[in-house]
Parts: sequence; C-alpha cells; structure tokens
Amino acid sequence: MAQTSLGATSRIIRWIDHRLPFVAMLQRELYDYPTPRNLSYWWNFGSLSGIMLVVMIVTGIFLAMQYTPHADLAFDSVERIMRDVDWGWMLRYAHMNGASMFFALVYIHLFRGLYYGSYKQPRELLWILGVIILILMIMTAFMGYVLPWGQMSYWAATVITNLFSAIPLIGQSIVTFLWGGFTVGNPTLNRFYALHYLLPFVILAVVLLHLIALHRFGSNNPLGIDKRGPQDTLPFHPYFTIKDLFGLAVFLLIYSFFVFYAPNFLGSSDNYIPANPMQTPNHIVPEWYLLPYYAILRSVPNKLLGVILAFGSIFLMFLVPWLDTSPVRSARFRPVYKWVFWLLVIDVIALGWVGANPPEGLVVTVGQIATLYYFVHFLILFPVIGKLERPRPLPASIAAAVLQSGGGTGLGAAGAPVAKP
Amino acid sequence: MADLTQQNVSGAHAEETRRDFLILTATAVGAVGVAATIWPFIASLNPARDTLALATTEVDLAPVQVGQRLTVAWRGKPVFIDHRTPEEIKTAEDVNISDLRDPQPDSARVKKPEWLVIIGVCTHLGCIPLGQKTGDDRGPYGGWFCPCHGSIYDTSGRIRQGPAPANLVVPPYEFTGDTMIKIG
Repeated sequence: MAQTSLGATSRIIRWIDHRLPFVAMLQRELYDYPTPRNLSYWWNFGSLSGIMLVVMIVTGIFLAMQYTPHADLAFDSVERIMRDVDWGWMLRYAHMNGASMFFALVYIHLFRGLYYGSYKQPRELLWILGVIILILMIMTAFMGYVLPWGQMSYWAATVITNLFSAIPLIGQSIVTFLWGGFTVGNPTLNRFYALHYLLPFVILAVVLLHLIALHRFGSNNPLGIDKRGPQDTLPFHPYFTIKDLFGLAVFLLIYSFFVFYAPNFLGSSDNYIPANPMQTPNHIVPEWYLLPYYAILRSVPNKLLGVILAFGSIFLMFLVPWLDTSPVRSARFRPVYKWVFWLLVIDVIALGWVGANPPEGLVVTVGQIATLYYFVHFLILFPVIGKLERPRPLPASIAAAVLQSGGGTGLGAAGAPVAKP
Repeated sequence: MADLTQQNVSGAHAEETRRDFLILTATAVGAVGVAATIWPFIASLNPARDTLALATTEVDLAPVQVGQRLTVAWRGKPVFIDHRTPEEIKTAEDVNISDLRDPQPDSARVKKPEWLVIIGVCTHLGCIPLGQKTGDDRGPYGGWFCPCHGSIYDTSGRIRQGPAPANLVVPPYEFTGDTMIKIG
C-alpha cells in the first residue's frame, strides 16, 4: 500500500492505519481526490447541504433536551425554550430556519444536477440516492413541523395524513393507524417525535452511500465530459476545501440574516396559536419548500388523482436518468434543452406561487397549466428533445476547454473568459 | 449457495432434494418468525384501548333553537348538530339524487328530519368546514363550506362542489329521549 503523507507524520497514525486504514481513506477521498478543475460555484451546494444536515442534527438534539412531546405540554415547552432557556430562542430559530436553508440548498443542488446532466450514466444510482434523501427530508421536515403543536402543526398533520385516506377501501383504516386514534392527537405527536429524531440518522446513512457513489466516478463538471487524466483535475485539498469554505462563509451570512433578523419571515404566524382540534385556520399553507407539491395536489379536482400526482411529481425524479435520452450531459452543449430547463424553473416557481394563494380564479388556471407542464416536461419533452436535438460539439478535454477560454485556474464560473492572473 | 448449485449438477440427486427441502423449510420458518416478531411492533401503533374507550357522547338537544347549529366533540372530532328550518329540510329533500356526486337521499341521512347530525370533518383532507357560527360562509347551498380546498356541502351535509369525494359522514347515534341523543 502506498505510504500516505498524512500517516507518514506519526508512527502512531501509521500503526493505526495498518490495522484500520482510516487516515489513508481520508487522504485518498478528501486530500488527493482528483476533482475536475473546472467546477463552478454551483458545485458547492452538495457540501453545504451536508454541513446543514450536521447543523440540524446538533441544534435538534439540544432542542430535544428541552422539548416535551405531549399534546398538552408541547406548545408551552416550545414557548419555554423561546423565553426561559438560555439561548433557546437561537437554537430554535437556527433549527427552524435551518430547515428552510437545507431545502433551498438541496433544491439548488438538484437543479444543478438537472442542468448539467449529473444523473446520466454512470451516475444514475448517485442521483437516485439523492432523490431518496429528498423524500426522507420531506418526511422529517413535515414531522418536525408538527412538534410545536400550534394550529398549523395540527392542521398540517391532519391534512397530510388524510392524503392516505384517498387510497380506495383501506384508506381510512390506514389513517386511523397512522394517528393511533380517531384524530391527530397525543399518540400521533409521540410517534412523530420518535420518527423525527430517527430519520435524520437514516438520512446521514443515505448521505454516506451518496458519497460512496459520488467518489466512484467523481463529480460531474460544467462541461459534462469525463476527466481523462491529471491535466483535467486538481487535488481536492487545498483547491476545493478552500472553495467550499468560502462558499460556506457566504451561505452562513444569508442563514444568519434569517436567524437573527427575520426569524419568522419564512414561517406562518398561525403556528403561534396553540393547536385547536375544533377549528381549522382559514388559510392552510405548508412551508414554502412544499408549496409546489401542494399546488399540484390542489390543481386536480379529483382527490385520489391529486394525491397520486403530488406524490408522482417527486417519484418521477427516480426515472429522470432514463427519461432523458440525450447522450450529452451538460446543457451548455444542448441548444434546445438549455432553454427548456429554465421553463421548468419558472414552472416550479409558478407552482410555488399557486400553492401559497387561495384556490380562486387565476390561481386555479395557472395551477392547472403549471401542473400539466411539469409532467409534460419530464415525460414528453425530456425523451423527445434528447432524440431530436443536435448537440454542439464537445471540447476534446476539460484541460483543453479551460486553457482555451483563457483562464489558467480553471475555476471561472460558466466558462466565461477569465483574465490570466 | 453457489457451491450448492454446483453440487446439484454433479452430485447424487436424492441428497440435494433433501437439502433443498431443508433450506426451503428453514427459510419459511424463519420468515414466519420474522413476521411474528414484527407484528407486535406494528400493532402497537393502532389506537390503544383507552383511546377506543372514549367512544360515546350524550347530547341534550332541548336548548337548540330552530335554525341553530351546535358543535359537540365525539372521539376528538367535532360533530355538527343542525336544528334545520322547514325550508332547509325542503331544499335538502327536493334535490335530484342523480345530480349528486355521492348520491344519498336526505331521508337516509337523518333519524328525524329537523335534526341533522354529521361529523364536521371534510371528507377531502380532514379540515373542519365553516358554517357553524353565525356570520360564517356557508357556501351557495346553505350548508357548509370548507376553507382549505373549497369543498361545498348542502343542508344535508352532502358534497355539491369542490374536491371532496363523499358526503359528510353521519356518525352512529340514537335518540335516547325526545331531545336526547347518544353518539357512538
């Protein structure tokens, strides 16, 4: 086995590494790890998401030490965290806004994958693991939202669990089973709390698999072509550790702004009213990161079909590697897809707007068109464009493209000409 | 397993059949054991006995005036009791059944026409429809209106518009006196 430069520094580390090659693994995967030299800042969002997962687990564990999972006590225990526990307000605001930040990062990460074709052969499983992480995140976020036991918590739990009542014949029994009672109540709160604590560690495990799959072939890159040799790559450390750290600093500024200056901007004020099982709030709205799915659910006038399409909109992601028939990864060389991609971005934002507003008049029409487009985009446009489009010629190699564009560093975003240093 | 398969090809036939049989039965017993072990875990999530015990609610209807609506709690859910006016009863009875999404005559939904007793939980996604308080939006059919996704119910609690697939559910109840009912 090759001697590691990290391990070489100490006899103890060498002794350990011989028996448990941990330092050697760090050396290989975080230090030498050959990374495409042309990665743009769009490639920061994976590591940022990973850091955010750790922040959520740490703040969550400390909140759990103060929180009481009982229908009669939960709301007050959260208020106690806000008012009486030292720094409790900060832990809770960091956790609350952390969920929003986590989803924002993951959605950007996902759209980056869609633009640069990161899901294509040989990274299909990497993509599928990512979709699994997203689904687990949605489940975790939903159950966490229920824990403060405010009005929105209670009615979100009611509406979402009732989605399963759309299943023919056994639907209502499933819902009673999920609740552990005849309504959302204390048994529901208790099991959601247990699962909300469990699922992040499941996510952590899937993230590990995601990383193993990633490091099998390494990151995709803005050109979407394979790296062919050392001239196409840079070692991960220090080039990308420093780039990731700089991105982290910028991200933390934005995150801190929300935590300290606008902690309730992304939430609903109705959740500061204790849960009342006898009264539904007039406007039920999920958190912003679930609005597009909610819009799809509401846009279909049939209950069962609405539920199927809302779930289907996420499960469709599993099929993306096979729906896209184009052999070219990066949209930069796909003259048609390059534009159609932005239609999807606009479509999803439109769905978010629809989900946030009461279903009347224009909102309904926009919702139905946007829902239709979402499915047309993946099920029809993806395969058809891949077949008909004539991709532009790909560069010979990453190095050739980088050097040709004038930048010696290979770190310029979007391949724009960069002045030589 | 790969070794066993190879033996199957070359070895004596009788012995492999017995080994296959043992593997199959052992696996089957193991699977049953796993299922039997998982069962209590899953079943523990069902409503517990104390939850099931809270099953009946008695209501005195005497103070409810004609045209007044009362909400009571049964199994943690709101139950709407409507002392219907003669006009409301007439509109509920005059509806052409075949126009309804969930066809049910009004007579099948009441024990006495002036008293409508229904569970106040929208059959779409479980919100509580408006219409119980004075000044609430009752929707164009004079019954109930669910603010969450816009389902509209008539004076018999039947679905008329919006995404809900079924009528508001009539709970099991009986009259224990002229103006006393027991729900559940």
